[in-house]
Amino acid sequence: MNADLAPHATTIVAISTDEGVVMAGDRRATMGNLIASRDIEKVHPADPYSLIGIAGTAGVGIELMRLFQVELQHYEKIEGAMLSLDGKANRLATMIRQNLGAAMQGLAVIPLFAGFDLDAKTPGKVGRIFSFDIAGGLYEEHGGYDAIGSGSLFAKSSLKKRYKRGLSIAEASQLAVEALYDAADDDTATGGPDVIRKIFPVVMTATAEGTQRLTDEETAALAEVVIAARAQQPGA
Amino acid sequence: MAMQFYASPEQIMRDRSEYARKGIARGRSVVVLTYAGGVLFVAENLSTTLHKVSEIYDRIGFAAVGRYNEFENLRNAGVRMADLRGYSYDRRDVTGRALASAYAQTLGAIFSEQGKPYEVEICVAEVGATPEHDELYRLTYDGSVQDEPGFMAMGGQAEAIAGVLRAEHSESHTLGEALKLAVKALSSVGGEGGAARTLAPEQLEVAVLERARPGRKFRRVVGAALAALVSPAKAEPAKAAAPKSEAPKPAPETDTPAAE
Repeated sequence: MNADLAPHATTIVAISTDEGVVMAGDRRATMGNLIASRDIEKVHPADPYSLIGIAGTAGVGIELMRLFQVELQHYEKIEGAMLSLDGKANRLATMIRQNLGAAMQGLAVIPLFAGFDLDAKTPGKVGRIFSFDIAGGLYEEHGGYDAIGSGSLFAKSSLKKRYKRGLSIAEASQLAVEALYDAADDDTATGGPDVIRKIFPVVMTATAEGTQRLTDEETAALAEVVIAARAQQPGA
Repeated sequence: MAMQFYASPEQIMRDRSEYARKGIARGRSVVVLTYAGGVLFVAENLSTTLHKVSEIYDRIGFAAVGRYNEFENLRNAGVRMADLRGYSYDRRDVTGRALASAYAQTLGAIFSEQGKPYEVEICVAEVGATPEHDELYRLTYDGSVQDEPGFMAMGGQAEAIAGVLRAEHSESHTLGEALKLAVKALSSVGGEGGAARTLAPEQLEVAVLERARPGRKFRRVVGAALAALVSPAKAEPAKAAAPKSEAPKPAPETDTPAAE
């Protein structure tokens, strides 16, 4: 519904590891059958230790993300301390609930939220992923990975076969790019690695050192590994 | 019926000024100075949680002396104004000058319209792209605002402290040199019979606006990093902790709403 009304952003994946989380998003925005943007960025740092990725109506999603970033930083400056990771996720859920009216009229936006939990008691539980629904429902993903957006079915199927516990951040980044490749392979609204224009997925990490975005060279290298492997075994 | 005595407006304003000045002079001092890499704030403050120096926005810091509840009120208003402007327009559109002017309006209105003036003196500092573009604004209890030339002192015996800064301040100082000068200035007053004192790192609250830092330029200098800068000889090389998050500790019970 209303897919031609405003640009739509598509697949985001997140993977947790013992060191933190990796989040990656493709670069395509669509308006009906048209490509609205080839290089949109849908994964951003929410604050120094958490990441947010958006799927759904791009305009609403980017605005939501911007407001969320301001709210987190505002809280931190006023109180002199950061919100807990659960506190941040709850706040985001409330913001999505407030968009319910617009969502029912076709301007839905669903984020994926993940971050490094500074208060984690057990070492292996530092990377946490939260998903949402348009009614403001908040669900923590304990399985180690999640995906949202139109290509999420394919991305999750890809991760289901390849994800295992105890991955390093580098391995998880590789896996995330591969899952996005699978999503782009079967979902027209998700963009694959664009080797002609040198546009590759946005891959970000949140670890004890804070959030970090992989450079274009690094993501290009990850994408080339996937492309080389698929050239050997393209699948049908 | 109680008789209302006449007091001239001049007398009322003088009394208010005197009241505010006395309140401010009781507090421990804060110095703000520019150095090659940005702007340095040094406050004498025993508390690690009740700050006298804080972040307002990407390039803007805040320092205050006087009554805690009053300057905390102003700080909150400043953060709110900055965040709102940055969200409505762009992060670059949040400037120290606009903030200083808003503070001047607020303080001026409180001074002339309310029964009691705010017993505070604040500094709004903005780090620029180059040292020439660094800005320091001093705001006093009556709403007057001054653009300071690279350094300033506020609080008790501010004149004497500023004298030390004036003699030695240079924009080309390194962080270590600037911090040493700030500590020297702060400790030059308040000893027995007006003699100098020694200030330990635990008595200091130190923060910087680092020009070279991307995004939010405000950083607190605490713990080992601070000890190493104050007395480099005995401290082991401490690394500048990158994204620093302070574990919130419960406030010590001895802290009263009025800053000491």
